[in-house]
Amino acid sequence: MIILASLLVVLMLVAAIAASVFKDLISAVIAGCMVSLIAAVLFYLLQAPDVAMAEASIGAALVSAVFIVAIKRTKRYEE
Amino acid sequence: MRKFIGIILLVIIAWGLLITMKEIPFGEQKTKVGKYYIENGEVDTGASNIVTSVVVSYRSFDTLGEVTVLFLAAIGVGAVLATFQRKEKRKLEPSSLILNTGCRFLFPLILLFGAYIFIHGHLTPGGGFQGGAVIASAFVLVYLGCRGKRINQAGSKLAESLGGLTFVILGLIGLAVGGRYFLLNFLPKGEFNTLFSAGIIPIIYIAIGFKVGSELSGIIDQLMEES
Repeated sequence: MIILASLLVVLMLVAAIAASVFKDLISAVIAGCMVSLIAAVLFYLLQAPDVAMAEASIGAALVSAVFIVAIKRTKRYEE
Repeated sequence: MRKFIGIILLVIIAWGLLITMKEIPFGEQKTKVGKYYIENGEVDTGASNIVTSVVVSYRSFDTLGEVTVLFLAAIGVGAVLATFQRKEKRKLEPSSLILNTGCRFLFPLILLFGAYIFIHGHLTPGGGFQGGAVIASAFVLVYLGCRGKRINQAGSKLAESLGGLTFVILGLIGLAVGGRYFLLNFLPKGEFNTLFSAGIIPIIYIAIGFKVGSELSGIIDQLMEES
């Protein structure tokens, strides 16, 4: 349990750093989406399934959709 | 140079968070109210999900405020995006057959799952907000997968208004019947841990589910329409 949680936290850190480093903004959004998904799994492991559901549906699905719409209206690559 | 300053600022923030979090006794029972909810939630509200008994029964007035905030946010997005000129209908390239069929197959299943989450909010984890968000994600799938499909604006507005009205009217009926406080649980509690139990909690959660689902999908609709 503690090993799984630590592994997930490390993955989450990697995804968060990747989200800030990527020049391709679509990839950055997907990395941010991964942070939310891992956070949802961690909430579930910490016995908060209500919060996990909200995090998975809002953080991973809706926020990514809004970001993708914003990228579509501007530019895909960061200079 | 800018990166260096950024790293120093991040270290300061991390240090501040660390010394704050060290003082918080996580997992220890420090307040009396949490213990009260866990011990008396079943008897007081009849809901087997303690989180729901707090959100929709003990703290339901706060939930009304939360729903109002979301409503104002949806109106704000609508007001900002309505100032843009509506362009004429562009010719959209149709999506491939597999993507189209897959989306049309998955859409009712996701809607059903969202409805399940908010109808069973008083029995299993989840509730109106989560179910509404799942329903809105079904609409996102349709917008991304099947080009040119739009939600019925009038129906969405009707569902939203009915949800809000149901919430407030139930609260006022509670005030009129009990005469003690707003959103009193005036319906019979029923048998514990069955679908028809916990009085007005399932009705309020269904109303919140409809309201949140239609508001979030309205926001998505307005954003997608502009792009």
